[in-house]
Amino acid sequence: MAEKLTLDIVTPYGHVFTEEVDEVIAAGNEGEFGVLPNHISYLTTLKVGMLTYKKGSESGHFFVNWGYAEVGPEKVTILADSAEKSDEIDVTRAQEAIKRAEERLKQAETIDEARATAALDRAIMRVQVSEQHHTR
Amino acid sequence: MATLKDINRRITAVKSTKQITKAMKMVAAAKLKRAQNRMIEMRPYADKMSAVLSSLAGSGEELHPLLVQRPRQTVEILVMTSDRGLCSAFNTNIMKATEKIIAEKKAENINVSLSVVGKKARDYFKRRNVEMRNAWIDLSGKLVYSDVQTIGKDLIDHYNEEAVDEVYVVYNKFVTVMNQKITVSKIMPMDPPEESEEADESSMSFIYEPSQQEILNELLPKNVEVQIFRALLESQASEEAARMTAMENATQAADEMISSLTLQYNKARQASITAELMDIVGGVEALKG
Repeated sequence: MAEKLTLDIVTPYGHVFTEEVDEVIAAGNEGEFGVLPNHISYLTTLKVGMLTYKKGSESGHFFVNWGYAEVGPEKVTILADSAEKSDEIDVTRAQEAIKRAEERLKQAETIDEARATAALDRAIMRVQVSEQHHTR
Repeated sequence: MATLKDINRRITAVKSTKQITKAMKMVAAAKLKRAQNRMIEMRPYADKMSAVLSSLAGSGEELHPLLVQRPRQTVEILVMTSDRGLCSAFNTNIMKATEKIIAEKKAENINVSLSVVGKKARDYFKRRNVEMRNAWIDLSGKLVYSDVQTIGKDLIDHYNEEAVDEVYVVYNKFVTVMNQKITVSKIMPMDPPEESEEADESSMSFIYEPSQQEILNELLPKNVEVQIFRALLESQASEEAARMTAMENATQAADEMISSLTLQYNKARQASITAELMDIVGGVEALKG
C-alpha cells in the first residue's frame, strides 16, 4: 500500500513541481476535491483555482490556470496551462489586471465579456493564492 | 592583373564578412540552445496529454467531431517556416515539400486550403499568387502559448464548420543539429489510438468528472494546440540549427578565401620586388658599361 502520493505538475513550459506529498486538494470543475494515497483512478478537469498540497506539517499552494488532473493510487498528475507557486506570483501585476478587467467590464458592450470575466477570475485567484502564502 | 591594392581591399572585405558570419553563428547557437530547452520542457506535457487521451478516446468512437473521419474533400495544410533567411535550405525544402503535397492532393481531386507560419512562406506563396487562408508571422524566438491558442482556435473552428476535412502540418522536425527532417503530420481528426490491453484496463477503472464526453470536449482541442506548439518549437529549433550550420560553412569558406587571397597577395608582392631588383641591377650594369 502506498503511503505517499507523488504530485507532478506539468505545463507546456516544463515540470513545475515533482514531489512526494501526503495530500492534495484541488479545484475541480465540479467542486473542490481532496486526494489521499490509494485513491481510485480518477480524471477530472480543473478550473482556474488553487491547488494545495500537504506534506507532514508543511503545506504549499499553487495557482493553476485551467488544466486537468489524473489521479492514480500513488500519483497525482496535473496538466495545466500555467501553474505558479504562491510565493512566485506577481501580486502587483495581478492587481493591475483586476483593475483593467473591471474597467473593461464597465464598458461591457464594446468588448468580449467572456474574455474579460475570465481575465478577472484569473487575477482575483492569483491574489487569493498569494495571500495564502503570506498568512501562513 | 590585380594590383596589390585591389587584392588588399578584397582581403579586408572578406575578413569583415567573416566577422559577421561568425557572430551570426554564435547568436544562432545561443538561440538553438534556448529553443532546444523549450522543446525538451514541452515533451513531458505532450506525452502525458497523449497518454491520457488514448485511454479516453480508446473506449468509445465518434464521441467528438475531432475523432470522426470524414470523407476527404478539402484538406488544410499549415506550413511552418521562419521569418528570416540565411538558414540554407531550411525554407526551400519546406516549400518544395508543400508544393509536392498540394500537387498530390490536386491529383486526387482534393481541394487544398493553405495556412502559413513565417514570413518566408507568406512571401513565397504571395509571389506565386497562391491563395492563403491565414498567415501568422513574427512568432520566432518569442513564441508563447497564447499564440498557439490563436492558431489552434482558428484551425479548429475551420474544421468544425466542415470547411476542411483534414488538417496537416508541414514542418522541419529537429533530429540533430546537422539533421532536420521534413515532417508531415495529421493533427485533425485524431487517428483512433492503437488498442492495447493495458489502455483498456485503465480506461475501464477511471472515474470521469464531469462525463467522459465533456472531458473529451475540452481535451481534444487542447491536444491540437499542443501538437501545433510542439511542431512550432521543433521548427524553431531546426531553423536555428540550420542557420548555425550555414554560418559555420560561410565562416569556413571565408577562411579559405582569405588564405588563397593572401597567397595571391604575397606572390604579387614578390613579383613586384623582383621586378624592382631587376631594374636596379640593370641600371647598375648600364652605369658600369
